[in-house]
Amino acid sequence: MKHLLLTAAADISESLRSRWFMVYTLVFGGVVVALFASGLTESRIMGFTGLSRMLVTYLQITMAVLPLFVLITTVRSVAGDREAGIFEYMLSLPVSLASWFWGKLLGRFFVVFLPVVLAMFAAVAWGIYKGVEIPWTQVLFYTGFLISLAWCFLGIGMLVSTLARSSDVATGSAFLIWLFLLLFLDLILLGSLIKQGLPPETIIAIALANPLQVFRTGAMLLFDPQLVLLGPSAYVILDNFGEAGYLAWALVYPFVLGSLTAWLGYRLFRKGDLP
Amino acid sequence: MAMIEFEKVSKRFRRVEVLKGIDLNIDRGDRVALVGSNGAGKTTMIRCLLGEYQCGGKVRVNGLEPRQHRTEVLKHVGFVPQISPPLKMPVAQLIRFAAGVCDSDPGKMTEVAEKLGLDIHRMRHQPFNKLSGGQKQKLLISIALGRECQLLVLDEPAANLDPEARHIFFQLLEEKRDKAAMIISSHRLDEVASLVNRVVEMDQGRIVLNDHVADDVDMTSMLSCRLVLTRASEAFARTVAEWGFSDVREGIIWEGRVAGPDRLRFLGMLSRYAAILKAIHLDEATD
Repeated sequence: MKHLLLTAAADISESLRSRWFMVYTLVFGGVVVALFASGLTESRIMGFTGLSRMLVTYLQITMAVLPLFVLITTVRSVAGDREAGIFEYMLSLPVSLASWFWGKLLGRFFVVFLPVVLAMFAAVAWGIYKGVEIPWTQVLFYTGFLISLAWCFLGIGMLVSTLARSSDVATGSAFLIWLFLLLFLDLILLGSLIKQGLPPETIIAIALANPLQVFRTGAMLLFDPQLVLLGPSAYVILDNFGEAGYLAWALVYPFVLGSLTAWLGYRLFRKGDLP
Repeated sequence: MAMIEFEKVSKRFRRVEVLKGIDLNIDRGDRVALVGSNGAGKTTMIRCLLGEYQCGGKVRVNGLEPRQHRTEVLKHVGFVPQISPPLKMPVAQLIRFAAGVCDSDPGKMTEVAEKLGLDIHRMRHQPFNKLSGGQKQKLLISIALGRECQLLVLDEPAANLDPEARHIFFQLLEEKRDKAAMIISSHRLDEVASLVNRVVEMDQGRIVLNDHVADDVDMTSMLSCRLVLTRASEAFARTVAEWGFSDVREGIIWEGRVAGPDRLRFLGMLSRYAAILKAIHLDEATD
């Protein structure tokens, strides 16, 4: 445990000094500031007002940006560290491979998750200061969704970093994964797949297997319990899961997927050449 | 049983066979110069020894396989790479991390660093990758030597050190002389010849020479030196100033001290100025 914590602390320290972390923090801090500046909290669109309106928009932006940032920065820094000789030196020290791998994952989770959640809680604090009603249930669920999504893409990132032998290949693969998931996010695309004759259940299953879609639908469900915005797919989701069931799925599934991919990454890391 | 055993060790990267059935035993007290040109297989062999590469055959350190018993084996191994890793963590944290995973006293590592001329207190917040090449090398040497090691693996360890730090480094190695085995990798034998009692030369993945050499050089000894030139030379002045020599008479006569194990390297440097050298006096320094 001591080695795991030391590795996590070392990774946090490395990340906090990286340029990507500064850009990453600025992006999420900047999004919140921009949403306030654009007066989104005062707007009334489709019946949503105040902080919940702003949080919905923030979550939609986060869904697009967070996975890409997590994937690219994880694979670049892990595969980049290997290329630069950091693994050669650090793994010559008597740290176990499990402590090294999982410590790195924990450290990265901390630096990836912190700016996103801090930005969200800054918005909440601003809301409290302004006397706006705070949708606490939504805030808690959003935090849970963000933890799950960040963990999911960290796990995928660690697996890609283990498989790819160079940071260029790792970055390219990470980008392709993100693009692939984004492609199956689009309900219009899913609609056209239905048109091609695939059974709706298969299409819904594809959507439910996509962590981005799961996050998006989960976030939607919190302010639109009937999933009116989702169209006919809502019937399949609500009939099979129910509202509480889907919220649980949205919290647990990305986390499990991230853990599985990370575990697979660890198995391969342990079996292969380290530097 | 030898402390380190390589038994038919082979390593292949796709179609390229980098190590071709290496057999080698190293005992405690052995100081091995691992020499060979680039691509000879030195680094791969070291990585197999550190358990960083999966390889064919068997590698054992004190009877244990480094890959399967990583923490037990590496606890007793000090490693200094040729190229310092571009770590961004501050100096103090790197020392804390290394001492933490090695169950060692960070104070001892700091003590060695200060002996080598690093002011750890002043540079404790400085990121490691912002240090100069020599400072990085000194810090990594301090981490390797500042703990109880039975095996030191040093890859061109003194390449970036100034003569004063080299002398202290040789003294520190002297302290470990009988307690530990050492593998000192270099592509030039003259860089490490006076530090070792065995030479292992590699070429294209095979050991082509495995020999013992006389080790009469006292690693802590110093030589006083007086050089006389036929004429003053700016280039010569710059070079000997780096060795800590001082100008005794108008750039014609120079005096200084050279660490005993550095004598071959020093003479190699002087050979570049053979045309203007009139006399060389080298004597064991008495104090």
